[in-house]
Amino acid sequence: MACSFNKIGEFNPRESAVNVLFYEEAAISVPIMCMQCEDPACAKVCPVGAFSRDKNGAVVSDPKKCIVCKLCVSACPMGNISVSTVTRKIVKCNLCGGDPYCAKVCPSGAIKYEDATTSNIGKKKLIAEKFKDLFAEVQK
Amino acid sequence: MYGWMGKIIRVNLTSGTISTEPLNLQDAKLYVGARGLGTKIYMNEVDPKVDPLSPDNKMIFITGPLTGTLAACAGRYEVVAKAPLTGTIGACNSGGHFGPELKFAGYDGIIFEGKSAKPVYLYINDDIIELRDASHLWGKEVPATTEAVIKETNEDFKVACIGPAGEKLVLFAVIMNDKNRAAGRSGLGAVMGSKNLKAVAVRGTKSIQVAQPKEFLASCLKSKQMMKDNPVTGAGLPAYGTQILVNILNQSGAHPTRNWQHSYYDKADDISGETLTKKYLVRNRGCFDCSIGCGRVTKIERSQFTNFGEGPEYEAGWSFGSDCDNNNLQTVCEANFLCNEIGMDPITMGATIACAMELYEQGYITEKDIGMKLPFGDADAVVKLTKMTGYREGFGDQLALGSYRMADKYGHPELSMSVKKQEMPAYDGRTMQGIGLEYATSNRGGCHVRGYMTSPEILGIPVKMDPMVTEGKAAMLKTFQDLTAVVDSVGMCLFTTFALGLPEIAEMFRTCTGLNYTDEEVLRIGERIWNIEKIFNLKNGFSKKDDTLPPRLLNEPVAEGPAKGMVNKLDVMLPEYYKLRGWDKEGVPTEAKKKELGIV
Repeated sequence: MACSFNKIGEFNPRESAVNVLFYEEAAISVPIMCMQCEDPACAKVCPVGAFSRDKNGAVVSDPKKCIVCKLCVSACPMGNISVSTVTRKIVKCNLCGGDPYCAKVCPSGAIKYEDATTSNIGKKKLIAEKFKDLFAEVQK
Repeated sequence: MYGWMGKIIRVNLTSGTISTEPLNLQDAKLYVGARGLGTKIYMNEVDPKVDPLSPDNKMIFITGPLTGTLAACAGRYEVVAKAPLTGTIGACNSGGHFGPELKFAGYDGIIFEGKSAKPVYLYINDDIIELRDASHLWGKEVPATTEAVIKETNEDFKVACIGPAGEKLVLFAVIMNDKNRAAGRSGLGAVMGSKNLKAVAVRGTKSIQVAQPKEFLASCLKSKQMMKDNPVTGAGLPAYGTQILVNILNQSGAHPTRNWQHSYYDKADDISGETLTKKYLVRNRGCFDCSIGCGRVTKIERSQFTNFGEGPEYEAGWSFGSDCDNNNLQTVCEANFLCNEIGMDPITMGATIACAMELYEQGYITEKDIGMKLPFGDADAVVKLTKMTGYREGFGDQLALGSYRMADKYGHPELSMSVKKQEMPAYDGRTMQGIGLEYATSNRGGCHVRGYMTSPEILGIPVKMDPMVTEGKAAMLKTFQDLTAVVDSVGMCLFTTFALGLPEIAEMFRTCTGLNYTDEEVLRIGERIWNIEKIFNLKNGFSKKDDTLPPRLLNEPVAEGPAKGMVNKLDVMLPEYYKLRGWDKEGVPTEAKKKELGIV
């Protein structure tokens, strides 16, 4: 919702580039959004070359070039591009120019905007912690 | 138009005709939306003396201008109709995702009239609105109905429906949306059942626009931060849910036990939020746009139905627990699940069983009447009777009338712990003088969400008041009642008021709708709403004698704990309350008051 509000100034979940799927049995909600692929299928398939990568690493589409042929919608393997029924343009995450609204309003910290290296360091640390504990056990 | 969508759907179930009409903006400016505007529309169109279960009663599903926006916890909608349990105006608030979806489809609300000849459900897919056959859904429980409707529409649809209890006109049947959220009290599910309307399914792709986007966003983000920083909305409720109140209220000596014979439960910790978290909690869950997540997704072992469910909340935990002297948390959860599945109000359900237990204990009803023994503390009986009530089997047919009508039938209405025939929830009005006054004056009978005096009297929000004194309670209650009416009517969750005050709520309302009201004018809307609800009840024959409490609260002192010896001093507070409201000595709004509020 914050996403649609930032993009088109209106509240409308169907216009959002972030979708949240809820799994009842596990009581877990999973946010799904554009992965800003290294080799993006949307860019590859675009007949007018509207896609480029901006300074924040986001794969963005130039609305001036885009002819809304919707090929990118079909090409995205994760279904993260849609067409707006309000503006009749494509809806795709552009990381809000480096300050994403979804992360700003997320109350639980489920969505965060972090450097890939920072989050990788986090994961590495988790594994390193386990090794540390393991070594401590062995040394006893 | 900003905030509002500007369109209302009107469905005549008798003739099967569907039309849309513009929202009456003049009324919307005075009564906002949801509870306020719904009541106003209802009063414009229906005779207050209507039989609640007749085709002449109408039923309105309606959202508020903030519903579906980024305002704090703005996922609420209201169902308004004359209530079968109480005969008062019935306005029931619910969260989940149904209300926002109705707005995304382009509508502020739906007015249902008449009665369908056969079971139907209403299908709304943006501009396509149709009544569809629901014969195959009739008799199905809430989860099965919801899943079936989603299967024959698509996954985007949000569903509000009734279970078997609503079909069988149980007087405290509820309307459930998104499976586990309820428009809960006073029996509006039975109104829906009486109309042969099984469900409403909605999906929308439209947008909600606001008047001042930049300012609105800033006020929403500020409110969300305040909610996060507040210990109740930011920590207590997400971690333990509303059940966190069990130990707090019990230690204050305000936790009614054994049909209110006691105000302290020695086994309360067995059914507390802390124990629930430890034993059965899977995760917490929030409604649309919620930063709190007080909902409990819980899992228990069961022989029938699914093992998953939501709840119990504090009041349901109390009604099936302490009020029945039942410290078996598994059965408390199970009875609560059954209420969600069959579609009943767990407060009235549990309290009615507790009342039957006391009738049995006193010998006013016998084992032969019930078909089983029914001592206090019988955990299995609680579950069994809940199910029997939902399907109106055996003695359940008596329980389905609610405690007042049942106790009256056996000659002892004084043992029903109800106000205007609706059961009071889990806060003792003797220990807490203010909540006693709240029950007595609530426009929909015994109810804790028409003011929530627990905030000042126990939690110290916004100021700490001594629960046992009467001074200042009438004034505080009036402010709380008016503010609550505003919160309900804009489409926000009442729980936001733990962290937010009138200035924050008014700011979101102003920047969303573009109406330049002062804070005082916004609060005045709440007062206006409270007064028209009161006027509806007066027209329907309610009077000062109905603004009272069960004799037990007025005459039988608290047996133990910090409030030992206390009764509720309603005779002291009520005249003061009427005076502060600008009503005459009989509790009737004066002409001057009506003129001041612009009520015609």
